[in-house]
Amino acid sequence: MIYRLMRRPWTRTLVAAVVALLFSIVITSIVLQVSGFNPPSTFQAMFDFGTDPDSIVNTVNRAATYYLSALAVAIGFRMNLFNIGVDGQYRVAAMLAAAAGGAWALPAVLHQVVIIVVAVAAGGAWAAIAAVLKVTRGVSEVISTIMLNFIGSGLIAYLLNPSRLAVQLGPNNIGTKPISHSGRMPGITYPGSELKIYSFVIIAVLCGIGFWYVINRTRFGFDLRATGLSQTAATASGVDARRMVVIAMVMSGAIAGLVGMPQLLGGSYSYSLDFPTGIGFTGIGIALLGRNNPVGIAFASLLWAFLDQSSQILDFNDIPKEIVAITQAAVLLSVVVVYEVVSRVGQRIDQRHVAAQLGEVAA
Amino acid sequence: MSTTLPAVELHGITKRFPGVVANHDIDIEVAEGTVHAIVGENGAGKSTLMKILYGMQRPDEGTIKVAGREVSLHSPSDAIALGIGMVHQHFMLADNLTVLENVVLGAEKLHGIGVRARRRIEEISRQYGLGVEPDRLVERLGVGARQRVEILKVLYRGAKILILDEPTAVLVPHEVDELFGNLRDLKREGLTVIFISHKLDEVLSVADTITVIRRGTTVDTVRPGDVTARQLAELMVGSELPVPELRESTVTDVPVLTLGHLTVRDASGRAVVDDVSLTIHEGEILGIAGVEGNGQAELVEAIMGMLPIESGVIRLGDQDLTGMPTRRRREEGIGFIPEDRQRYGLLLDSPLWENRILGHQTRPPNVKRAWRRGGRRPGALIDRQGARRDTERIVAEYDVRTPSIDVTAGSLSGGNQQKLIVGREMSSDPKLLIAAHPTRGVDVGAQSAIWDHLRNARANGLAVLLISADLDELIGMSDTLRVILRGRLVGSADPATITPDDLGSLMTGAAEGSAA
Repeated sequence: MIYRLMRRPWTRTLVAAVVALLFSIVITSIVLQVSGFNPPSTFQAMFDFGTDPDSIVNTVNRAATYYLSALAVAIGFRMNLFNIGVDGQYRVAAMLAAAAGGAWALPAVLHQVVIIVVAVAAGGAWAAIAAVLKVTRGVSEVISTIMLNFIGSGLIAYLLNPSRLAVQLGPNNIGTKPISHSGRMPGITYPGSELKIYSFVIIAVLCGIGFWYVINRTRFGFDLRATGLSQTAATASGVDARRMVVIAMVMSGAIAGLVGMPQLLGGSYSYSLDFPTGIGFTGIGIALLGRNNPVGIAFASLLWAFLDQSSQILDFNDIPKEIVAITQAAVLLSVVVVYEVVSRVGQRIDQRHVAAQLGEVAA
Repeated sequence: MSTTLPAVELHGITKRFPGVVANHDIDIEVAEGTVHAIVGENGAGKSTLMKILYGMQRPDEGTIKVAGREVSLHSPSDAIALGIGMVHQHFMLADNLTVLENVVLGAEKLHGIGVRARRRIEEISRQYGLGVEPDRLVERLGVGARQRVEILKVLYRGAKILILDEPTAVLVPHEVDELFGNLRDLKREGLTVIFISHKLDEVLSVADTITVIRRGTTVDTVRPGDVTARQLAELMVGSELPVPELRESTVTDVPVLTLGHLTVRDASGRAVVDDVSLTIHEGEILGIAGVEGNGQAELVEAIMGMLPIESGVIRLGDQDLTGMPTRRRREEGIGFIPEDRQRYGLLLDSPLWENRILGHQTRPPNVKRAWRRGGRRPGALIDRQGARRDTERIVAEYDVRTPSIDVTAGSLSGGNQQKLIVGREMSSDPKLLIAAHPTRGVDVGAQSAIWDHLRNARANGLAVLLISADLDELIGMSDTLRVILRGRLVGSADPATITPDDLGSLMTGAAEGSAA
């Protein structure tokens, strides 16, 4: 049974994810118990709150953002390129797109398209800096993208100033000029909730499908995967490694540019001081958890968002909601370990299977 | 040889993996105080058998007797308790620890970790002539010395029966001689050595008894004095052995590859390929002889466009390849069998049919044609059906033994991996094939198949650049031989008349000029 189950790569991924989740629940239970809380009732409270319609809407919206971020990271990961700079890329992109959307009055549809194009272009351009540094000067993209995150923060702080791109939004908040109604994306109603699901969720799903298609069905995707699986074999097969680095990095940055869009076009309409930060780093974890696979990432981002959302209830029960960070960290750590174990077992099963099939011919 | 009980007896060992049989009816008797070799092709079942003997796997049928007593081994620690030790092909040493630390690691209970352990190590080292210094860092040791540490580790744990899995695979010739010296010392001290290999000359020189395994079962047990390497090889493959030889010449006067004054420098400015000029014609196999590391690898990479050249011209037919990227060169008709197939020729974690695409990403049947531009340019989409169909064809035509084209390339044996690569590179009618060590590390059956394919392709007008360390292959398969030394072509030889010995001395620069 296990033997058959482990033959297929996706079941291996699933097994790894389930084991990791169970493991993290155990860890969390221990922490709760030690801290003097009752694990089952805590989980019950989280689950009840998390499945409330309002929570579901928030979870889906949050997951869409996480999903895009993780996709951006995954493109790089698929060819062993570590784009740690998704965080900077999406913030720079969202800020510039918000400024452009607020400044220009355009008819509906075109307005949204222009905002999205600006975001994609800005994210791609910000990532391109790291790509160019890597192929021309050999600078590790890990270092350069981390540094570009800080530079991005500085750039945003510089531009987000009333004398430049910002306006006063409230007594304690400044931001870009709000995007007019023609540039907003209407939400989708969810039964039982006052809140709306961002319609950008649909675009996120399309991005996932596009990602899958490009990676699995196109020549470019083949070259990208080949580079990730074996740099040497890819080079010998005629893949131009430098070109691939630039293209993959820019694509990663372009998708990163979309990360801020659900929030910008569906909720805040302005890039202000309280625009969410740190999603790029969450994306790294989610990409790992989802094994850089668009379907896996979808589940991983929903799980992550659900944990974030359902933890809100904990404060009401006097349980520190940071307990959820422990759950998330445990999932992540254990999935990396478990996946390694599962894939080794899987490899052995493959080899044994081949030897066995051939042995049959021989015997 | 011995009147006492055999050290190890295996009778009727059968091991099935779900639904199938990997070993069946294995019968081996290993006499005490001998070196007993077990030979067989890759995939013949040697490893499974050794895992059974070392307790890593349990047989479904059959009995194992150690010193006449029937035993059942559940884990390697059972085997160790019975005095059976294993030296793995890949060393299991911690580089940043000393020899002493490595030896006592995991066996701290035996003699502690201090003075007593050191005394014991020195004693064993002296007794068996291993020459191991306990305080050296393992990372400073050469391969041969590391292997001696592995042997010492096993002896330290009290092994009386040593299993050595392909011990010479990682050694250079003089280290092999040293190892064989050590094995003789072990034997003299009454230990029993089980030696797994597929290098027949070595087996014949060191073993007292040789058991041949073919397709999962023992086919014969012979004494080295009674057989030649050739007979032994024929026992291994179960048929007559192939010889590398070409029949009538098919060489034409149409040049395919022309190199003109090709020079490649490494990062430090040294010329690793130095002013190399040569021409390969249609239907010609040109062999490059040379001690490894004399510029062969760089020459190949320069022709493939993987390494920038400093000066010179590379032409394929009347097409100037100089400055073209690798992919364009492949599209112009260069097939490439790389020296290190696992690193340069395959995606080990990908299925066979995806490996069919590798290196041929822009050519049918792997891509769908673009609708525009008359359908001549490659489209952007992979043609999965086309690639899968063509992989089935390669598997059939090139006798790649695999249960399906969906298994990963890494799960195939070396010979089958290589047959897949040869089949792939022969597809889409190459004009030139660069074959670097095409039969290295493959079993005899695959070797003969690969030679056949080279011969056929040559008859059809393929030009081949053959690089090999196997001098018999080089002499037998080449129409023309050139010798490379320190990046320069220093001589040529006539494959019809030259002997391996003469070629060897040309390669080391001992003889000057041409030996025709």
